[in-house]
Amino acid sequence: MSTKEKKLSSERLQRVIELCKSVEERGVDPFAVDVDDIIATLQKYFPEWESTEELALDAEAIQYLASVIQNQGDWVKHRSTSLYTDPFLLEEKIQRLNKEELATLFTKVWSPIIELEQISISSLAEALRYWNDLLPISERWQKNGPLQVEAGATTWEELVRLKILAEKTFLEELEAFWKELKQKVGENEKILYWDFVGADTYSETIDRAYMTSFLVTYGYATLELHPLEEEIFIKPFTKPRSELADKRMVSVPISVSHEEWMNWKEEKQT
Amino acid sequence: MTRKAYYSRKIKRATQLLFYKRHMKPGVKGWELKNALGSDYPKILKVLDNHLEKLDLQVKTVFEDKEPTEKPTLEELNKARFFVTLRGGLPSRDAKMMGWRIDDIAGLAVAVSYIISKKGKAPREEVNDLLRTKLPGWRVDMNLNRYIRSGYLAEDENNMLYLDWRTRAEVDQKELVDLLLGTGT
Repeated sequence: MSTKEKKLSSERLQRVIELCKSVEERGVDPFAVDVDDIIATLQKYFPEWESTEELALDAEAIQYLASVIQNQGDWVKHRSTSLYTDPFLLEEKIQRLNKEELATLFTKVWSPIIELEQISISSLAEALRYWNDLLPISERWQKNGPLQVEAGATTWEELVRLKILAEKTFLEELEAFWKELKQKVGENEKILYWDFVGADTYSETIDRAYMTSFLVTYGYATLELHPLEEEIFIKPFTKPRSELADKRMVSVPISVSHEEWMNWKEEKQT
Repeated sequence: MTRKAYYSRKIKRATQLLFYKRHMKPGVKGWELKNALGSDYPKILKVLDNHLEKLDLQVKTVFEDKEPTEKPTLEELNKARFFVTLRGGLPSRDAKMMGWRIDDIAGLAVAVSYIISKKGKAPREEVNDLLRTKLPGWRVDMNLNRYIRSGYLAEDENNMLYLDWRTRAEVDQKELVDLLLGTGT
């Protein structure tokens, strides 16, 4: 199919969609749509569609056609109910009746809803309380302009104190922590995880465990696991190893709960 | 508390709920009645309906979707809206006293019956044209807007008119069509 033919076919589908839409939206008689003819057209064009837009248009046409068929079904159902009346016949009857006759007839089938509105003493009292508490409109609608704050200068120390800036960069902090690890290990090559991470307070211990996790991830140290003894050692490298990132990494979850910290502290004291 | 006293108290509460307007729309939702009266509220409404019959009033149920063909389930009732309406018709001279002119009622009758004949929805333009045959042009739009505001009709973005909740609550649609077709035969 040439591009021109495809364009014409697309336009035909657009017209089909518009026709089906008018049934749904403007109450056009659904039987004015020749469903068989549209299905034949869709079948004819379908093998030629290639792009996503063309296939979407085809799907949209089928969807709207389905709604027309549903409308046809509803129409038949309505005709079979006792409420069905030929609109032309009804229009003719309405034309013949005068206003008084129409109104009289309607009141025979009209049962208006009974609804009352009445204020009670308690709701009146509540309304008065509300009124007394209500600020005058001049106060409620007062427009507050934006607060003018004089711009000033701040210092680096002030920003550190407000925790907007860190005292050291993270990498500087990590390197200092690595040096501390190497000092603590000394000749032994490795140190028990809790002996390195554990501190006097629990919050400091959590901070140290957090930094230790980065030491291992960034290749400054490694973990040695002894599952049978349930011991974890931390071994610093003499130089950071960047090649670790290329190898298969394994995550080692280590619990640093308050209970474990307490146990470690007690053991240390004894 | 005796059974009689229990029902008497519940019926009083149901009467207050149904008669007094609590929201923008009149009537009470089933779930509101369930909260206030308990899960046996359909039974209480039935007893109240028997009492109201003597006053030519009734408890009317308007279901959220179509009226169920069989006995409604408690879930359907919870979603429905309950009203108190007149049981019988209303003399047209009394309708005048409710703030409705005879033109307004005739216009409503025409609009409602035409929409019924068009399977529940009709273009506003068509209803407009039909009303213009009997009412002055300036009144037609005003009246249609009033019917929409009161909840007799609803209009969508394509200017199609539908029957709204108040018509379903107040108008016996089948009887209206029958009466209209029966005229002049």
